[in-house]
Amino acid sequence: MMLNQELIRILHVDLTTGESRVEDRADLFRDYLGGTGVAVRLLDERVHDDQDALAPDQPVVFAIGPLTTIFPVVTKTVATFRSPLTGEYGESHAGGRLASALRYAGYDALVITGAARRPVYLLIDGEKGSGEVRPAEAMVGMDVIETGRVIRNQIAGAGHRSIIRIGPAGERGVRFANVNVDTFRHFGRLGLGAVFGSKKLKAIAVIGQKHLALPADSRAYKRTYTDIYDRVLHTDAMKKYHELGTPANVIPLNELGALPSFNLRQGYFGEADEIGGEAFAENELITKRACAGCQIGCIHVALYRRPFAPGWEYESTLVAYDHELIYAVGSLLGVGNRSDILHLIEEIDRAGMDAISCGTALAWTTEALERGLLEPEQFGGLDLRWGDAERYAQAVAALVRGDTEVGRWLAQGEVAAARHLGGADFVTAVGGQGIAGYWTGYAHVLGHLLGARHSHLDNAGYAIDQKLDPYTDEAIVARMIADEAERIVQTSLAICLFARGVYDLETISQALASVGIQRSAADLQAMGERVYWERVRLRERLGFQARPEEVPRRFYETPTPRGRLTPERVARLLEIYRSRRAAAG
Amino acid sequence: MPRILTAPRMARCIGCESCMLACARMIYGSFSPRKSAIQIRSTGGGMGRMAADICTACAEPAPCVEACPTDALTSRAGGRGMTYRKAECIGCHRCVEACPIQVIGWDQEEDRPIVCIFCGQCVRFCPHDCLEMVEVEVK
Repeated sequence: MMLNQELIRILHVDLTTGESRVEDRADLFRDYLGGTGVAVRLLDERVHDDQDALAPDQPVVFAIGPLTTIFPVVTKTVATFRSPLTGEYGESHAGGRLASALRYAGYDALVITGAARRPVYLLIDGEKGSGEVRPAEAMVGMDVIETGRVIRNQIAGAGHRSIIRIGPAGERGVRFANVNVDTFRHFGRLGLGAVFGSKKLKAIAVIGQKHLALPADSRAYKRTYTDIYDRVLHTDAMKKYHELGTPANVIPLNELGALPSFNLRQGYFGEADEIGGEAFAENELITKRACAGCQIGCIHVALYRRPFAPGWEYESTLVAYDHELIYAVGSLLGVGNRSDILHLIEEIDRAGMDAISCGTALAWTTEALERGLLEPEQFGGLDLRWGDAERYAQAVAALVRGDTEVGRWLAQGEVAAARHLGGADFVTAVGGQGIAGYWTGYAHVLGHLLGARHSHLDNAGYAIDQKLDPYTDEAIVARMIADEAERIVQTSLAICLFARGVYDLETISQALASVGIQRSAADLQAMGERVYWERVRLRERLGFQARPEEVPRRFYETPTPRGRLTPERVARLLEIYRSRRAAAG
Repeated sequence: MPRILTAPRMARCIGCESCMLACARMIYGSFSPRKSAIQIRSTGGGMGRMAADICTACAEPAPCVEACPTDALTSRAGGRGMTYRKAECIGCHRCVEACPIQVIGWDQEEDRPIVCIFCGQCVRFCPHDCLEMVEVEVK
């Protein structure tokens, strides 16, 4: 078998009927190559803008790219769906082994529609050429780790497979439930786990063991691979992701006053040194792990060891940590102890929830309780206190159980909770989703609002805030759009954005050429800009508007390194964005 | 002295599959890590440790060489491991069955075994120095 060079091969699975079929689309390859571009287009063709995100007919799309696994650090799978958290466009990316398994199963995209009547998991074995729907009643309520173990024991393909699964949170429709990918990675944000739950889809296992032949003359490919490999490993381009990993950001951000703490009442945290990348590396880090096809290995795995009884009795588990998690369940909640942070990450992760959204929801709840806006009685007697990890762990469990008034509201996300319970002024969310762990200035806030995923990774507003000079309104908006359009090229190839310093447009063009795909850097740039506006139009069809009232008052209170933000300047920036949008048609 | 592949530092392995991709790319003409004489697996999902299934180059006569009904597999000079000649191979699978540690794979497309040729390409592409080619003395 050869690479699918001129077409996108899609596996369609209908969970209502249990049937699957394969479709080849040359137009998608020609116009979008893969990843984000293909996933935007396929969602656009199938999403029902008049139906709820959790309606059975809503589709879920997964897409990889033509360079997946066959070049270093091309490791991502892009998922698109209607987000149950925001009600709008949903896009989420995950690493792990899923992209590799899909590639060697022979599929460039996977489209799931319908809903099963009883809990199921989906097995996709490339050798068999179709999806098989299997019963999952016995896995109801299982956490993501146990679910992975049970399915591993039921299927073949060890070493060449991926298992993505939801936990109890996804089954119960927590609107920021995630999908766990191969233990340590996730489709984290915007609630794909709840969409799985609504389809009674507990997991998808993909086995990919097909041979894909090199081109007849493979010299250019081998040379290009080695060049990129050496740049990934033997230059500084990706060094920080490997060494301390993303938690390297904790202390520098804190020194800038840009580490959101105590529900963003301040941008610095007194115990930042205790929870920084250096402290975790020196004390808890036991190994690093990589996604299939990535030589960097940014997944930092900690040993979470704790006594459980007198007599030197210890229990231990492995927990992966990152900057965003340390912020969301650490500084934002006033938790300054590494062991407590690992405890909370583990509880949230096993239940199958997005840790950022869970952290921002609990931070809002803590402040609402403190102000007397909520009473502990509404939350099963839980009175949350900054830094009290044990109570936060109980709150995580209560949120998943849904047996308290506050817990049920929090499961809708803090924006919905605040709309009904009050306290909208102090949510740390914009565009319906809790913010990532930076408090750098306008581009971070606007980046979250305008970015397609409502993610700091859409356009790296946090980096624009730190580097842009002069920091003018026009320049901020122009940079945000240009950076997002360039990232669309990278994510349409499903390249990990941590390798964005290696994969400039010229390098992508060369890599494609070495496997027989001709796209100039200019072609790629044009594709990124086109997909940018196509995605904006899809977002708008699903309800997105760039409204200043999406920005909570808290964001105008707490100073950033760029000073205190003002509603007037946010309004001006959005006006510039809207005129750009109008010009694009 | 013969050079053989060893995996002495697998505790450092991050599971990137770079070695498998290198073997497939450089030796077996494939993009697929399935087509590799080294296979990396975790012993129990993400929480497990990483392990390498590799040819340990049995001392002469290796079971795969003994099982081979033709001259496709012969003892390597120096008394460790084997040399594979595809032209002589009849695709009988006996070497796969004879391997005491099940590390001879099967190439479905070619209908031929996937055996280590002790070339060291996987070592070149290991980012964590888990693998090593070593010279062994045979008594």
